[in-house]
Amino acid sequence: MARAVTTRRKSFNTALAWAVGLLIFFPILWTILTSFKTEAQAIASPPLFLNFNWTLENYAIVQERSDYMRFLWNSVIIAGGSTLLGVIVAVPAAWAMAFVPSKRTKDILLWMLSTKMLPAVGVLYPIYLLFIRLGLLDTRGGLVVVLMLINLPIIVWMLYTYFREIPGEILEAARMDGATLKEEILHILTPMAVPGIASTVLLNFILAWNEAFWTLNLTAVDAAPLTAFIASYSSPEGLFFAKLSAASTMAIAPILILGWFSQKQLVRGLTFGAVK
Amino acid sequence: MGRIQLKSVTKSFGDVEVIPPLDLTIEDGEFTVFVGPSGCGKSTLLRLIAGLEDITSGSIEIDGSDATDVPPAKRGLAMVFQSYALYPHMTVRKNIAFPLRMAKLDQAEIDRRVEGAASVLNLTDYLDRRPGQLSGGQRQRVAIGRAIVREPAAFLFDEPLSNLDAALRVGMRLEISELHERLATTMIYVTHDQVEAMTMADKIVVLQAGVIEQVGSPLELYRTPRNLFVAGFIGSPRMNFIEGEEAEKHGAHTIGVRPEHIAVSENEGTWNGVVGVSEHLGSDTFFHIHETGLAETITVRADGEVGFRHGDRIQLTPRADVIHRFDAKGLRIE
Amino acid sequence: MATQHSRSVARLMMAPAVVLLLGWMLVPLTMTLYFSFKKYLPLRGGDLGWVGFDNYIRFVSSSAFWPAVQATLVIVGGVLVITVVLGVLMAMLLDQPMWGQGVVRILVIAPFFVMPTVSALVWKNMFMDPVNGLLAHLWRFFGAEPISWLSEASMTSIVMIVSWQWLPFATLILLTAIQSLDSEQLEAAEMDGAPPLKRFYHIILPHLSRAITIVILIQTIFLLSIFAEIFVTTGGAFGTRTLTYLIFQRVLESQNVGLGSAGGVYAIILANIVAIFLMRIVGKNLDA
Repeated sequence: MARAVTTRRKSFNTALAWAVGLLIFFPILWTILTSFKTEAQAIASPPLFLNFNWTLENYAIVQERSDYMRFLWNSVIIAGGSTLLGVIVAVPAAWAMAFVPSKRTKDILLWMLSTKMLPAVGVLYPIYLLFIRLGLLDTRGGLVVVLMLINLPIIVWMLYTYFREIPGEILEAARMDGATLKEEILHILTPMAVPGIASTVLLNFILAWNEAFWTLNLTAVDAAPLTAFIASYSSPEGLFFAKLSAASTMAIAPILILGWFSQKQLVRGLTFGAVK
Repeated sequence: MGRIQLKSVTKSFGDVEVIPPLDLTIEDGEFTVFVGPSGCGKSTLLRLIAGLEDITSGSIEIDGSDATDVPPAKRGLAMVFQSYALYPHMTVRKNIAFPLRMAKLDQAEIDRRVEGAASVLNLTDYLDRRPGQLSGGQRQRVAIGRAIVREPAAFLFDEPLSNLDAALRVGMRLEISELHERLATTMIYVTHDQVEAMTMADKIVVLQAGVIEQVGSPLELYRTPRNLFVAGFIGSPRMNFIEGEEAEKHGAHTIGVRPEHIAVSENEGTWNGVVGVSEHLGSDTFFHIHETGLAETITVRADGEVGFRHGDRIQLTPRADVIHRFDAKGLRIE
Repeated sequence: MATQHSRSVARLMMAPAVVLLLGWMLVPLTMTLYFSFKKYLPLRGGDLGWVGFDNYIRFVSSSAFWPAVQATLVIVGGVLVITVVLGVLMAMLLDQPMWGQGVVRILVIAPFFVMPTVSALVWKNMFMDPVNGLLAHLWRFFGAEPISWLSEASMTSIVMIVSWQWLPFATLILLTAIQSLDSEQLEAAEMDGAPPLKRFYHIILPHLSRAITIVILIQTIFLLSIFAEIFVTTGGAFGTRTLTYLIFQRVLESQNVGLGSAGGVYAIILANIVAIFLMRIVGKNLDA
């Protein structure tokens, strides 16, 4: 039974939690605010919070100058493609492990997880070399493959934990009811698994979107996604705060929105089901 | 038709043999209950009949034709699962219709059968709800509905009442029995509850460690248990077992006396002992008697009005004609 | 429980994922091992033959090695302490009844979704810039001399940035764990006369210990390989060159592949030590 709490206590909690929450959120808020200022207002002393003339000029400038749409498109293709590919490979694997477990299932799962622990830097040169040899350097296709591979263990794991929550008896019931494997997957498994698959797709899209080791090291111009686009502001353009903010806001806004939908799945996905 | 025959069926999981060679015939229209303690292999046996598990060796015949390698759906059997296994994303109507859709029946026929099943099971008002919106008993009925629309050769029930509360369980027990009366279809019912077995079965199969201990009607099992295990498992409260001198008097290694076959009296009897705990059920009273010199506790079932108290020394008289005798191997002596 | 037929189908369904990951693991790993025993300078002569364990010895005996180890430890340790301690506090705060809990949760979690290059740059320029950064304004407001964070307090700055990114992760996991605590346990402790602090210490903390372990292990693995935050802010200068960054520089900047690969092998071993502990916990959970 949840205990009733006095209004005073609740007010105190609320005030404190909101204060802390806003403090943590502040850098993001500040970035968004700054993106609507002129460069002069952005570095005004003392800083301006809301009392400035809102302008969209930074967004226009960023788009004009840096071919923003190309970077955005690359991010979408790379994150979307790697997630889609990963799910296509992972769904059958997770299905098999969840519903036809064998003695080795656990070992396979843990081994998959262990590949996720491989530090990227340890295999940086081989991948770099392979990319050069195969002509994949600075291509979206190459990054799609690499990001699919680094996120595949998480995708398999998440799907596995979701699938395991589907009771085996339901699938047996379908079998007794005369469903073929195809019908079982189409009429029973898929409808029951769709929410889990959607969450998996969402979280992995976010992870791939934000990935900043391989995207920085394996792209130059053509395939560079938003992570690289922002990194290019590190100097000296970064000193133009308002434009930096506009570019940053555009890079993080879509993901912030998606991320809010995926907060519950985040825990499951990143702890491999160890915390629920 | 639904005559099911198991011929030297075995099942092993890896190196572990859970069912040693087993023969069993279930006649058409019979209500057969597999009963035994948990882990006795009764559910495995049911799943072998269903085809959800491959048998390791032997064969299964349904209505005279070999079904050993026939996939579950083609055996003409329907199963009601312990968890009901309803499809959560489908309405009750769609759940019940699912096997018919899979069998590619035409829509009019599907509707007719679903409506029929729903009215038999009092589900008509719930056809457009989802399983999540139903109570336990209603879900149970949906699961049964899904089974009966297929008009199967036999129904398989895997502990279907174990997720229901006590009152509902009694009600559903009656409903399933009534259903059997009406359909007269073969039913195989798995339970660990001997009360369910006794009340519902035409034929009880008592299993222990994958081995059939005895097959018979409820009263046969009650009256002439073949061995100590069956004697102890069937009947409530449990049969009293007495070894040693008292048993030798009857020419047996162990004798068994059911609590309801012992008379109590203040001053005359064959045995005596001190009353420990008394459980008053209203209609009956169970006395647990100590210091009899026969066994640690002797349980006695007496009339509800019999009023002995804790610590009273009383006299016990077993009914001589219903003393069960067992040899050193635990087998019944006739 | 399954039939023979479904088993073989299952194997077939697992095959693509298993084969891909096996390739992804074995091919580059073998190449890294191979290069680590070679003197290999792609821009200055290419493959100059086998050198045995030379690279391994040179990597640890170079003057950059120990500072890199130190930097790595400070960043990983610092971020872990900050995120776990604040994470526990945040989780307990967010678990309290309040108005607008959902919104506060969203505010707190947001930093996790900001891409690393953005958060590094925003912090570097808009907060830590010694002239126009917000922190400089704040320092001046209180009459203090602004700090040039990334050169004078470089490690502190990086730990701050990374902690800000990872605090949501710790908070979210610990919050999930705290919510699974049976409130009757706390009420029982209260009936037994335990004051709030003792309740925290004897009931809440032990309940969280598993989640804390998981947070520590997972974060360690990710923190060992943070890259973008350093790449964008200091570029490895001012003592912020971690092992990961050092290896990156050896491999791609100075193109000394043999040496970098030897470093890579060290990094793999290090990550595996942490990974073993994590896998053990996850594996146990699988059985449950």
